[in-house]
Parts: sequence; structure tokens; C-alpha cells
Amino acid sequence: MSEPEGAAVPGLRSEATIRLKVTGLEVRLGRSGPDVVRDVSFAVSAGAVLGLVGESGSGKTTVALALLGHARRGLRITAGQVLLDGMDLLALSPRDLRAARGARVSYVPQDPSSALNPTLRVGTQIREVLRVHAETMGDAGDRVAEVMREVSLDPTPELLRRYPHQLSGGQQQRVALAMAFACRPSVIVLDEPTTGLDVSTQRHVLETVRGLCHSYGVAAVYVSHDLAVVSGLVSDVAVMYAGRVVEIGSTARLFGEPVHPYTRGLIGAVPSPEHAEVLTGIDGQQPRPGHRGAGCSFAARCDYVIAGCDTQAPELVTAAGRSVRCLRATDIQIAPSRRMPLKPGPAVTAGEPAMSVHEVSASYGSTRVLSGVNLEVPPGTCVAVVGESGSGKTTLARCMAGLHSNWTGEITFQGTPLARGARQREKDVLRRVQYIFQNPYTSLNPRKTIGQIIDQQLKQFTDLSQRDRSARVLRVLEHVSLGTDFLSNYPDQLSGGERQRVAIARALVVEPELLICDEVTSALDVSVQAIIVELLRRIQQERQLAMIFITHNLALVRSIAQSAVVLRQGTVAESGQVEQILDHPADPYTQRLIEDVPKLSRR
Amino acid sequence: MAVNAPATPAAQPRHALRIRRHQWGSVFWSAARTPRGMVGLGLASFVVLVAIIGPFVAPNSPDALVTLAFGKPSGQFLLGGDFLGRDVLSRVLNGGWVLLIMAVCATFLGIIGGAAAGVSAAYLRGISDGIIMRTVDVILSFPQLVFALLLLSLLGPKLWLITLAVGVSHAPQVARVLRSATLDLSERDFVKAAELQGMRPAKVMWKEILPNLVSPLTVEAGLRLTYSIVIMAGLAFLGFGAPPPNANWGTMINENRDGLSLNPWAVIVPALLIALLTIGTNSFTDAFARVAIGVDRRPEEAALIDNLGQEVSK
Repeated sequence: MSEPEGAAVPGLRSEATIRLKVTGLEVRLGRSGPDVVRDVSFAVSAGAVLGLVGESGSGKTTVALALLGHARRGLRITAGQVLLDGMDLLALSPRDLRAARGARVSYVPQDPSSALNPTLRVGTQIREVLRVHAETMGDAGDRVAEVMREVSLDPTPELLRRYPHQLSGGQQQRVALAMAFACRPSVIVLDEPTTGLDVSTQRHVLETVRGLCHSYGVAAVYVSHDLAVVSGLVSDVAVMYAGRVVEIGSTARLFGEPVHPYTRGLIGAVPSPEHAEVLTGIDGQQPRPGHRGAGCSFAARCDYVIAGCDTQAPELVTAAGRSVRCLRATDIQIAPSRRMPLKPGPAVTAGEPAMSVHEVSASYGSTRVLSGVNLEVPPGTCVAVVGESGSGKTTLARCMAGLHSNWTGEITFQGTPLARGARQREKDVLRRVQYIFQNPYTSLNPRKTIGQIIDQQLKQFTDLSQRDRSARVLRVLEHVSLGTDFLSNYPDQLSGGERQRVAIARALVVEPELLICDEVTSALDVSVQAIIVELLRRIQQERQLAMIFITHNLALVRSIAQSAVVLRQGTVAESGQVEQILDHPADPYTQRLIEDVPKLSRR
Repeated sequence: MAVNAPATPAAQPRHALRIRRHQWGSVFWSAARTPRGMVGLGLASFVVLVAIIGPFVAPNSPDALVTLAFGKPSGQFLLGGDFLGRDVLSRVLNGGWVLLIMAVCATFLGIIGGAAAGVSAAYLRGISDGIIMRTVDVILSFPQLVFALLLLSLLGPKLWLITLAVGVSHAPQVARVLRSATLDLSERDFVKAAELQGMRPAKVMWKEILPNLVSPLTVEAGLRLTYSIVIMAGLAFLGFGAPPPNANWGTMINENRDGLSLNPWAVIVPALLIALLTIGTNSFTDAFARVAIGVDRRPEEAALIDNLGQEVSK
């Protein structure tokens, strides 16, 4: 296998500084089943961070776990080397491997709330790592305090005595980081450690990681689906697709001038907080293990596909200062991916607001989540509601839809006050206000076909004959770019993006006048997110729909909304036109939010 | 499938809207192919065949006094005679079908009553939940056999009453299992989506929730069938069964135990048939549950499912 060193990984200075070197790693389903990951090779030097990026199912977590000599149930590492300071981790006996894990190579999981033992106090938890690897450290108590200071936690006895559930998400992730760094490992593997965190917390955790790696000469591998996060943190990036590394090189080169069509696609899909642009996603779906043909696995979705692509598997070749797995690596012209600027939407049409929220307060039990929120959705306009988790944005959406009925104040729809719960609302109101759920994996009944799911909406709200209903179902599926082949499929046969399109189709088929989209892209990959956002934007413009777009991702706002409302702990921090809020935020909270949004730095 | 349909554009989707997937049948057959399921299904089918075909092939009338009381097995009477001198073989062959029919009916009653109570308690919450589940708790505080006996001594030992009593005694346990399964389901967004369509609660439970409960329902039905057989046989042993001179496996064990040393077959054979039937239904249910949950899936498939699960959790 060609080795991505020298020119391919410019961060490397000499052999001596390489702490982690992976060659020809292969993981299969069972001993002789299809490969999940193949031909993965890279090297990370001391103090450097390598970003491992790709969509879900690309095999990045499988690679990350293989770096610790672990394979998930049913998987098996069948070939390759993982050299840790020159020692092959995969050749170790189970006993030596156990000794190496935690001490020489450590792991920070995605979700700290489930990774920390809920019955152990924070101090005990960190001390446990040190006790297991007793030989590596001197006094455990001192080291616990030291490592906690390193991750910017104050090691007061009070904090050490807390249980994980008494900490915030950011603090939990810091504890997990402290446990990973406790034994001063030479390599640390971070598996999307900031996915569940707010932008501000995320930025602080990322800074901590970068600082620690730099000052202790740790080589880190950072797995993420978020290119913007990676671009600001890592020195080198490996892009994975269908179990293979398709492009690997320095961050600046790779993000500035992507060569592989997949990398280009991914970068084109990342929303920008600074410019209003049309997002371009990548259509289609990644082939699953066992369904990857002889040629390039990306060929089916590629814009640059040529005759040989589907028969000839491309090798990793050096092109333009990085390694690329593409037949056309040298002949595709390098150009920074460009996106069309977004044409400004129609001017806000005057008239009665589609929905207006007046002094709404809501609570769950005795906990108050919203207090005195005011909001107005002009007709034909998309209003973005943004805020961190816990800011009450989803509760607000649920109050408007009638899913949460414990609220006070007034919500009017086209001038008529709405009843608290959906049960008390008139059928016609329910039809005209449609709600799209966050998670397309739970919002479609797994026992019904796509046809039945959309048809049911029509049956509930209209008296149309079966023939008319069928025609409308077909038309709406076409409108959301799903073929009629999907009619008799069940949701579990669809990808996340396709499911979300079905959910959108279900809302649109009854011709609503207001669409409430609750974090509709947060469960999806960036490339799919781009497609869904673009679809919603197109539909909103075409049908002159009033829309409420709830999101935690400020970068998306410009691509879809005309005005925005920033929520903070259940109150409105700021509201106004999108340009005004994003370019000249008045509220310090908004300013901080915007500042902390990870941006795709092309350097 | 739509090949013969007229080529109008509306014809195909109309058909597609009606399509059903028979996936539970495939779970059934893959369960039957596992060793556990094969043994279970084999045993149960054997006993069921004995009970169904038995009355047609029995050599003698089950009520005729044809041999000596507790007569030893002989060429003419393969399993010997019972306490009155009737042919044991003929009584065994005749004594199964009533028990089976009653057990199946009782199971159906229990599952339907229990499912209705459990699903509505979980979905409606509030007062309905409180009333239903406290009632369930009261019934559960009696051992199942004792509860059935209590009902029978109040109502009298008629066959349909026995069936009803056993069915009612199953309901609370079924209700508990289905309530917890429904609690999880009713928080899913597709249920909320149906509520936003203004669907009535009864329809939400019937159309949205129930189809997702097929797996726990089937497992529960198999388990309850096993218990029904045991309890029915136990009640017959205690004298609550088909009145004499009707043949019944449970009653036969009771009637003939005095002569255990003279002709043990009169007790052993009916006891064995009941044991085989319960072991059979139980093992098959177990195999079905494992296939449905995915424990018996091959590791490769399990890994793929894990991967999907990860995608979902994101």
C-alpha cells in the first residue's frame, strides 16, 4: 500500500516524531465477510491532531476503535498494523493490550453522560484509571488534581465528590478528557467528543484538547462528521468514504483546494454563517459493507464520473500535495468549491401575521422553560428560532403545534387564538399548521408503508376519493424529489434523508399555511442536511409558506430564514432581520453565540 | 404484482397503498428453523396431533368398561385399564382436544383483555392508568391458580366458566407487559404525528401503537398458552374439569393415582403429554422471541444492526 508520508502529510518532520502509524488496516464483518474498512493508512506525529471525517457509516468510528485494538461485536480486525511509538498494538497479547489501553492509548467517547459510571463520584472515577495503571504514575491524589486543572476544572473537594449527573455536559466531557489524559498517553482517540455540546462549550473543550496535545506531545485522532469543527482544530485531515480513506493531507490544502469529488461535495454542503449561499448536498447514499462494487464506491454519486470509474478501484495517489483515491486525481482542475449566492427572498409582505406568539410562558411540571416569549411570523416568511440546548426553542415549537399544553399567554394563527392542546383545536387548524419532527427515525410508523403514511394524512383531513388521494400522494412525492418506487417501502428501508423527505411530504400533502420545522436536520449528515434545507427553502419560496425553522445551528440561518429570534433560557434575547442579527448582533449573548460558531476555515 | 393492472398512472399507487408485509410469518419460519424452535414446534405439534386425530383412531369407546380395574397393559389394551376398567389408551386419545380448545380460548381472552387494559393504561395515563393498574395489582396479589379457583367456586364449574376464569387470571400479567412496551411507544414522534392529525385516542392505539406490539404480543401469547395448559390440567386434577365420565388428561392423573403401583401408565401417559405440550409451546415461544429480538441473529447481521442503531442515535 502506498504510504501517505512525506509530501502527503506535510505536518511530519522526521520518523522520530511519529507517535502513531497505521498501515493497511482492514476490518471485516466476521472472519471472511465483506470489508467494513480497508486499506486505511496514516501517521500522526507528536503534538499533532489528525481529523478523521466522513458521513455516518463511512467507517470512521470503526477505525477509531481499531486504534485501541478493539472491534465492535461481529467485526474483526483482519489485517494491518497500528504502530504506537513503533510497537504494533494489534500484535499484543490480550493482557498487554489491556495494559496499553488507558495508559499509552486512550479514548474519549461521544456521549460522556453514558460513558461515565453514574454510581461513581468524579474523583473516584479519575483515580480508578490511575489505580489500574499504577506503575505509570506516582501519587494518585496529586495527579487527579493536576489533570483536572489541565482540563480547566477546579479540583475542589466539593467537585470531586459529585456524581456525573450533577455536572453539566461540558463538565462531564472534561472529566472524560481528564480520564483519557490521566496516564499521559502517547496517543489519544477522540470520537466526536463535542457532538452533544453547545457551540460555546464545544469551543472551550476543543481549545483544551488542542492545548493538551500540544504541550504534552500527544498524537491525537479526532473523529468528527462536522467539517467546521475539524477545520479549526486539526493539522491534517483524512476524509473517509465507504470504509476507505479517499483524501488525506494538510487541513489548509484539503479544505482550501479539495481534489476528491466527495471532499468537494462535503465542503459544498457545510453552511456558512457569513454568506447567504445555496447549499449543495450530495444526492444518493453511501453503499453499505458487502454492497460496494468493484470500482470506486463514490462513482454512483459523483459529478466527475468517467467510463472506468465503476470497474477500476482507484489507488491512493499523490496529487497537489496530498494523497487522493480517485482515477481523475490529476486531471480534475483544482478550484475552490464555489456556491451560488442566495437570491434574497421576497420582501416581507405586509398583512396579518401567519402566527403571533404573545407573552407565552410554559413549564414542565414545576420547571419553567419559557417566560414571556413574543414572536411574530409574517405571511410568506421564514423565521428562524435559534438558541442553545435548554433555551426552550423546542418547547416553544411544541406549544405552537399543540403538543405541549401547559402554557399561558396567547398564540394566534391568522388572527384567531389557538387552543392549548391539539385535541381542543379544530381539524382545519390542525391541517393548516403542520409540524415536522426532529428525528425522522421515530416520526414515521415503522409498520406502515410510505404510501400509507402520507395517505393517512389525507384520509384524516380530507374527504377525497382514493383515486384523488393517490394522485396527490404521487404529486407530493415528486415535489420532495422522491420517486414513486418509495410508495410501497417501509421507513426502515430508507436513509435518514429520505425519511425526512417523507416527513416533509406528509406535511405538505394537506397544503398547510404554516410549517413548523423542529431541528429537522440535526439527526442528518451535512451532505443530507444541505439537501433538506435547500428543499425546504425552495418549497417555502414557491408556495409562499409561512415557516418557523427551529435550529441550534446558527450557520444554517442565513441559508433559509429572513428573520430570526434568539432564545436564551426561555426568554427572547434578540429578534430581527437575519442580516441585522448575524452581522450586527446587539445582545452580548448573541455576539458570543456567533463568535463561537465553528467556521470552515480554508486558511 | 401490478403487471396485470391497467396502465393508468393511478392504478399502481392505489395498489401500493394497500400492500402489506407479511414479516411476522418470516419470523415464525426462521424461529422454526432454529434448533430450539424445531424441537419446540415438533413436540407441540405431536401432542396437538394426538389430541386431534385421537378420537378418530381410538380402539375402544372411552367410557366402556372393557377390562379390569388397573389392568396391566396387554396386547389388546396397550396401556392397560383405569380405575374403573376402561381402556387407558382410548381415554388418552379422547382426553386432549377439550383441554386444548379451552387453553387456546383462555389464552385469547387473556391476551385481548390484557392488551386492551395495558395499552390504554399506558397511552391514556392519568386516572385510567391508576384505576387499571391498581386493579391489576389486586388480582396479581393472588397466585394465578388460587385466583382461578376462587372465581370457579363463586361461579360454578362449567367448562366455559373455567375458560373464562383462566383467561381473566392471565389478563393482569399481559397488561403489565404490554403497558411497559406501550409507554415507550407512545412517546415516539409518529404517535404525536397521529395526534396532530386529530386522530381519536382509540384509533391511535389501534392503528398506530398496536401494529408495533406484534412481537411482544406473540411472545406473550405463547407463554400464556403454556400457563393455560398447566392451569387447566391443574384445575382438572382438583376436580374442576369436564365432569365424569368425560376423559380429560388432568382428571385422569387424579382418578388413577391410587393405582400408581398397579398400572402406572394410566398416570404417566397423560402427565407426559401435558409436559411435552408445555415444553414444546414454551421452547417455541422462546425461539420466536429470540429471533424477533435478534439474539439468534448471526453476529454479522447483529453488527450491521448495531451500526444502524448508531446512525439512529445521532
